[in-house]
Amino acid sequence: MTDTTVLELVSPSALLKSEPVEMVVVPGTDGNFGVLPKHSPMISTIRPGVIDIYAGGKVSERIFVAGGVAEVNPERCTILAEEAVPVADLKADEAQARLEQATADLKAASTAHDKANAERALDIARAQIAALTN
Amino acid sequence: MASLKDLRSRIASVKSTRKITSAMKMVAASKLRRAQDAAEAARPYAERMGTMLGRLATAVGSNEGAPKLLAGTGKDNVHLLVVFTADRGLCGGFNASIVKATRLKAKALAAEGKTVKLICVGRKGADALKREFGDNIVARYTGIEGKKGIDFSSASEVGDKVLALYDEGEFDVCTIFYNKFVSAISQVATAQQLIPFVGEEAAEQEEAAGTSAVYDYEPSEEAILADLLPRNVGVQIFGAMLESSASEHGARMSAMDNATRNAGDMIDRLSIQYNRSRQAQITNELIEIISGAEAL
Repeated sequence: MTDTTVLELVSPSALLKSEPVEMVVVPGTDGNFGVLPKHSPMISTIRPGVIDIYAGGKVSERIFVAGGVAEVNPERCTILAEEAVPVADLKADEAQARLEQATADLKAASTAHDKANAERALDIARAQIAALTN
Repeated sequence: MASLKDLRSRIASVKSTRKITSAMKMVAASKLRRAQDAAEAARPYAERMGTMLGRLATAVGSNEGAPKLLAGTGKDNVHLLVVFTADRGLCGGFNASIVKATRLKAKALAAEGKTVKLICVGRKGADALKREFGDNIVARYTGIEGKKGIDFSSASEVGDKVLALYDEGEFDVCTIFYNKFVSAISQVATAQQLIPFVGEEAAEQEEAAGTSAVYDYEPSEEAILADLLPRNVGVQIFGAMLESSASEHGARMSAMDNATRNAGDMIDRLSIQYNRSRQAQITNELIEIISGAEAL
């Protein structure tokens, strides 16, 4: 039995995952970081991207998150995600539609607030497409 | 004295009322189950968000560069109250209690010379408050609860509105009013301050006990806080919506249960009265016949 750390993936509407994993790679705002057991405590924001869960040295599960924040301590890794979908459930056409919608919104945005929202949506859509293509 | 026909039709009408209330009770019961599950499922996120923010808040402290959402505007002249009520009535004291709490708070604030602004979520609250505070209502939302329950996007819509108002300097302190779900028969009207952020006590205790580890922050504390605080507003509003909807269904269920029981009692009473007067009429007729026969 190798060492494990508890991965908790929480979305606003449910506790999606709470299970021991060997390693998890999180898309932090300042770059991806891997979390192994006994990781030093840290808090990081997350950019839209894919969380890779490793088991037996291989990626066992890939989950897309649309941004959020991660808290890591020696025993666990808690990820608060706004939206989390397994990559396998992502649809290319939906992501494409989202991208077009976000682009249109960005063009139509008049206030700084709307613009920021649209830009965020655009980032999410781009990350979804990127997640699907590799 | 009501005639037999009157009594019969009253019994029939109370019976059909009972049918409606008992159906409403059952609908509320099944919705309550779903709402309660949703509220419970959402709790972990809000809790973790709360502790994380509490930790960050103590780390950043009251530095000069602390975000406005944490430090406040430095004034407390304008208060924004966000009121969560139901879209429908017939749920006991659910709407009334929240409206009453809001009214008390608004009056107290007005007496202190502060300006009060209101955001009403749910039609009933807006209806009840518009006579007194009609000019103070800045926004109202209805139809929050869809077929599939409450969606996070509707909470972010309200949250975005609150944040936009805050950015424009429209208010200094924001408090939300909602019914906290305790059990199906008990809901507590709760006021919670949303802006500026108030740290959770748990995090502070942890801090005082020195049990919390020293965290690394990536990017910086300030940047994370600036990202988390607006998000927290949406999450807290979402939580309040879920609690409020669970409370609404709980309140409606117990109100309808009472109504059904009352209707049953009323039917019993009316049936007794109906039987008695029918018997009295029969006895009367018999006496007339007998005394008529005797007179011959």
